[in-house]
Amino acid sequence: MSETIEADVVIVGAGPVGLFAVFELGLLDVRCHLIDILDKPGGQCAELYPEKPIYDIPAFPIITGDGLTENLMAQIKPFDPTFHLGEQVNGIERLEDGSFRVTTDADKVFLTKVVVIAAGGGSFQPKRPPVPGIEDFEGKSVFYSVRKMEAFRDHDILVVGGGDSALDWTLNLQPIARSVTLMHRRDAFRAAPDSVNKMRALVEAGEMKLVFGQVTGLEGANGHVSHAVITDNDDQEHRLPTTRMLPFFGLTMKLGPIANWGLNLHENLIKVDTEKFQTSEPGIFSIGDINWYPGKLKLILSGFHEAALMAQAASRIVFPDKKILFQYTTSSTSLQKKLGVT
Amino acid sequence: MAKITYIAFDGTPYDIEARDGTTVMENAVRNAIPGIEAECGGACACATCHVYVDEAWVAATGEPEAMEEDMLDFAQDVQPNSRLSCQIRVRPELDGLIVRIPERQG
Repeated sequence: MSETIEADVVIVGAGPVGLFAVFELGLLDVRCHLIDILDKPGGQCAELYPEKPIYDIPAFPIITGDGLTENLMAQIKPFDPTFHLGEQVNGIERLEDGSFRVTTDADKVFLTKVVVIAAGGGSFQPKRPPVPGIEDFEGKSVFYSVRKMEAFRDHDILVVGGGDSALDWTLNLQPIARSVTLMHRRDAFRAAPDSVNKMRALVEAGEMKLVFGQVTGLEGANGHVSHAVITDNDDQEHRLPTTRMLPFFGLTMKLGPIANWGLNLHENLIKVDTEKFQTSEPGIFSIGDINWYPGKLKLILSGFHEAALMAQAASRIVFPDKKILFQYTTSSTSLQKKLGVT
Repeated sequence: MAKITYIAFDGTPYDIEARDGTTVMENAVRNAIPGIEAECGGACACATCHVYVDEAWVAATGEPEAMEEDMLDFAQDVQPNSRLSCQIRVRPELDGLIVRIPERQG
């Protein structure tokens, strides 16, 4: 059963630029829904460099990716946006009245007057390890996340990776699995030391196996793995009975379904004008790293500027009869009321 | 200046002259050498500028630091001579450096 949500603006992407768009639209009385494939706001700032310093945000000599996200979340709080996280937008189609129908992979349907694509480098997807033929097993016996633990009960599970996801799922699935093997390319783990210690204790007790190497092949039929071929760090091949494999190699960015939305593209980026940051489809705007125009600079600060100009044009679509007054937050009492500071 | 040769996965060599202080990744991107994606722009945060350093140059380029070693966990088909090219800085001693680009980055 799909859920239908009526909206004024749907923002695709909850990175810094998508978040700041909520602010600029909010000042113009437009409320937003944000959709992001990650399970948290912040986009690349949250996923790629949460703790790394950024030096070119105006008025912040130094701020981390997480710091920037937290500040933006605080800044947009008065405008109470609705977040739809862990969801990917699959389709955008125009309805007869000129508005849009936006659908997600979580079976949500948005009926919205405006779409703002602030999708950065595209959607984050799990990295697929370079194992020949792995595609044939995905979704049946090779998974990049665990949605239901029961699907792993009594299986021979091979977890690959050295970060928190790999260690957490090794520990969570070990009690219900027939066997668990954790494989990593080296004897050093990025995961929390506590998890690593627990894992090592299980290995000592003979409750699970730890191997170092890479998966170089998968055997099986009809999507069901029977054995993983492992090449260890001495170049020796082993066949490991495996009926479930969980690779955790982080995320990579792919343009994803955006290519199918009928928008004019320039080398996989969405072409926009520099007055409204509107795409070739009126009512669909695009801001931040995902757009392109002559002179484009992929900087967060450019995305902020684009958000402000987009908001002026988008609000005219949402409220066609309303006169927009240009106001400053320093002096306008009506803006200050919206921000909840007076 | 140092000459760097990038060998693409299909075997095509690309020779470029790189300025000291720049990174092997930056020079690849600036010269549109195929196969170096550098999604994060050089922050050592994405492992999509993975290269194999020619065996003769492994000693000169040195070992990856701990942060780079961690990021290499996210690269594909990692070998003992794997490096992230954003972490290799060009200097005169690297004149003639050869790096090979893997089949894919992500």
